[in-house]
Amino acid sequence: MKHHIRFKVNGDQYDLAVDPWRTLNDLLREDLNLTGTKFGCGTGDCGACTVMLDGKTINSCLTLAVEVDRREVTTVEGLAPSGEELHPIQETFIEKGAIQCGFCTPGMEMSGLFLLNGKKTPTESEIRTALSGNLCRCTGYNKIVDAIAETGKKMKK
Amino acid sequence: MSKIQFEYFAPETIEETVALLQAHGEGCHVMAGGTDLLVKIQHRVTHPKVLVGLGKIKELKRISFSLKSGLTIGAMASLADVAAHPKIKKHFPSVAHAAASTANVQVRNKGTVVGNICNASPSADNIPTLLVLGSRVNIAGPDGETRMPLADFFLGPGISALKPGQFVTSLNVPVPETHTGTAYLSLSQRGQLDCSAVGVAAMVVMDKNKCKDARIAVGACAPIPMRTTAAEKMLIGKPLTHKAIEAAAVRASKETKPITDVRASAAYRWKMVAVLTIRALIEAQKNARKQ
Repeated sequence: MKHHIRFKVNGDQYDLAVDPWRTLNDLLREDLNLTGTKFGCGTGDCGACTVMLDGKTINSCLTLAVEVDRREVTTVEGLAPSGEELHPIQETFIEKGAIQCGFCTPGMEMSGLFLLNGKKTPTESEIRTALSGNLCRCTGYNKIVDAIAETGKKMKK
Repeated sequence: MSKIQFEYFAPETIEETVALLQAHGEGCHVMAGGTDLLVKIQHRVTHPKVLVGLGKIKELKRISFSLKSGLTIGAMASLADVAAHPKIKKHFPSVAHAAASTANVQVRNKGTVVGNICNASPSADNIPTLLVLGSRVNIAGPDGETRMPLADFFLGPGISALKPGQFVTSLNVPVPETHTGTAYLSLSQRGQLDCSAVGVAAMVVMDKNKCKDARIAVGACAPIPMRTTAAEKMLIGKPLTHKAIEAAAVRASKETKPITDVRASAAYRWKMVAVLTIRALIEAQKNARKQ
């Protein structure tokens, strides 16, 4: 039996009927066309599917769509709602060359932003710990760590 | 995931949850954070017909503390909430530390301490500390509320003492006496992301230089997370000299029954139980002095 769920994604209200076994990741990508959020391992190890649920980062592959009823989801698309101006974290990722293939980027940005929302000037070690649930096979992480530190400084100004 | 189909219920009360568990019987699973359960479903290890999500039961999110009734952690309190809770950090630092050492940020934001217990994994990071602190689980079921010492909750790998229709609503940790110190140390190949190959928690209650009470719990070295009571007895009533600690650690290691698996060999585990027990007892003793 399908479940009726009512929830917000990036500020937009949705009323949907969903099968209970479908994940939030599947719903975002297949039904809402929000393909910025990736599907990687499906087991909560790679972090490519990271979104925020009520302001906290979670793995959308380990979240059922029915669980987000009456809650608020933010995806990478929600960081730049106008579609023209980028969020400071997105700008800085580009500036610092923290993007290569780009597959991990949306998840990295969500995790980076979750850290910065709690603390604008994290140490390098705090940044690396905050990214422990996000894998990148291209950059070697250094540029991502730099970009997050730099974003924090920008956001503090 | 999309091919495995199941029904889902999101009850708003504990009574409703028990009724659902009774009505659907076998194949009906309770879901707290779901960070383990959904992986097991994905890997075809678990084949649920029905999932009962606890997310809409508000009282289960609660964490409360008083000097009289101790710490109560609701079944839906996330690992991140427990790790960051000021009262837990102050009165139960090793409980906060164990929660903070579980998995990664995203999993801690969704996964729960009670869920980690209920999976009954021998290597669960949160269990050894809670065992040495003498925790109890509060269980709701067809016959009402019951309490059980955490030490009696584990029957085997992945098997808990819960009967059909029952689920854990919260966990209670009593306030330790003054001059109590605890510590939890674990080893794994990939830091905290990986399951622990060995985990040891220690608690000591000090009376000046003498050890008034000692408890040691070991994870991932037997079918269940276990206390090493013979080793504990060697320390009680005695000064915690390095020699006494070493002898107890060797004994603790002999009490465990590790196996060789993908994470470590049995021989390595035996050796490491002794090493970690020494370190945990020394750290627990230091922490006891701070109080």
